Amino acid sequence: MRDKLKTLTKGIIDVSPLMIPVVPFGIIYGVIGMDLGIGPYMTLGLSIIIFGGASQIVLLQLFSGGATSLVILSSVGAVNARHVLYGAVLSEHLFGLKIFWKVILSYVMTDQAFAVSNNYFKKDNKDSNQHYHLLGSGFTCWTIWQISTILGIVLGSVVPEELGLSFTISLTFLALLISDFRKFKNIIVMLVSGLVATIGYNTIPFKAYIIVAALAALIVAVLLTLTDSEKK
Amino acid sequence: MHWSLIIYAGLITFVTRFSMIFLLNKDILNDKAKKILSFVPAAIFPAIIFPPIFLDDLGTVDLENNPKILAAIFAIIVGYLSRNIIATIFVGLLSYWFLIFVYYQ
Repeated sequence: MRDKLKTLTKGIIDVSPLMIPVVPFGIIYGVIGMDLGIGPYMTLGLSIIIFGGASQIVLLQLFSGGATSLVILSSVGAVNARHVLYGAVLSEHLFGLKIFWKVILSYVMTDQAFAVSNNYFKKDNKDSNQHYHLLGSGFTCWTIWQISTILGIVLGSVVPEELGLSFTISLTFLALLISDFRKFKNIIVMLVSGLVATIGYNTIPFKAYIIVAALAALIVAVLLTLTDSEKK
Repeated sequence: MHWSLIIYAGLITFVTRFSMIFLLNKDILNDKAKKILSFVPAAIFPAIIFPPIFLDDLGTVDLENNPKILAAIFAIIVGYLSRNIIATIFVGLLSYWFLIFVYYQ
């Protein structure tokens, strides 16, 4: 029991520094939810039911743009595709667990929790309670996200629109890509995605520009990956 | 907005997180598939970032008199040099505020 608590605490401590940017992101999300007029319950409901910043923002953005449910949901799916990779990487360490654990850990698996717990799993393979690390890191993210959403809901009614806080959505996603700025191939993929989305914003029907842009950019990524392995 | 839309979106998010942990078969994804999946954020986030920066309220491309482009460039430079998420967001927002409240006034 003591070991479990120790591992859990380690998860909480490890993920804490990564929570600093999550707080403004959550607040901004809450403010935007209130701005769009979906009300405090739905704004918080999204944070609890979906629990994924990027998915929630995309949902709000497309909903306010008048997209159909099908387009909204497939865009949310596209945004989440990266989690498939996280799951595949973590499954190696989590395959022995009961389904209950797998469900709980899947729900709290965010970018930040994945990053720190995967590091821990790679280092400490012998610990049979290592999943408590992901529980600690994941629920820390969860708690911080809900609190900052509520802060945003409260502030949403007092923050003046002239501040242009919606621009921070673009900035937040931009900041999540900083590790890609130094990789040439990733820059190409980013430019394809951004240009297709901007040009297609008005021309692609049903507001499907995010999906179309993402697919176009992924095709370029596949081509870049294939040409890379041929050289070897 | 309907709660059902939120619940479906929540289910989709959960299923993508759950799928591989549940299915596990270590070799279900080979190295090439993993490499391609690692491009997913770079393939999707710009589609969310670009349109609100480059398009005006009417949906036409606005390259002149657009403080968002300049602010985004400052943010990119800071992000590239510092690799710091918070610094990137704050420099972007502060330069945007400077541009709209001071420079363009």
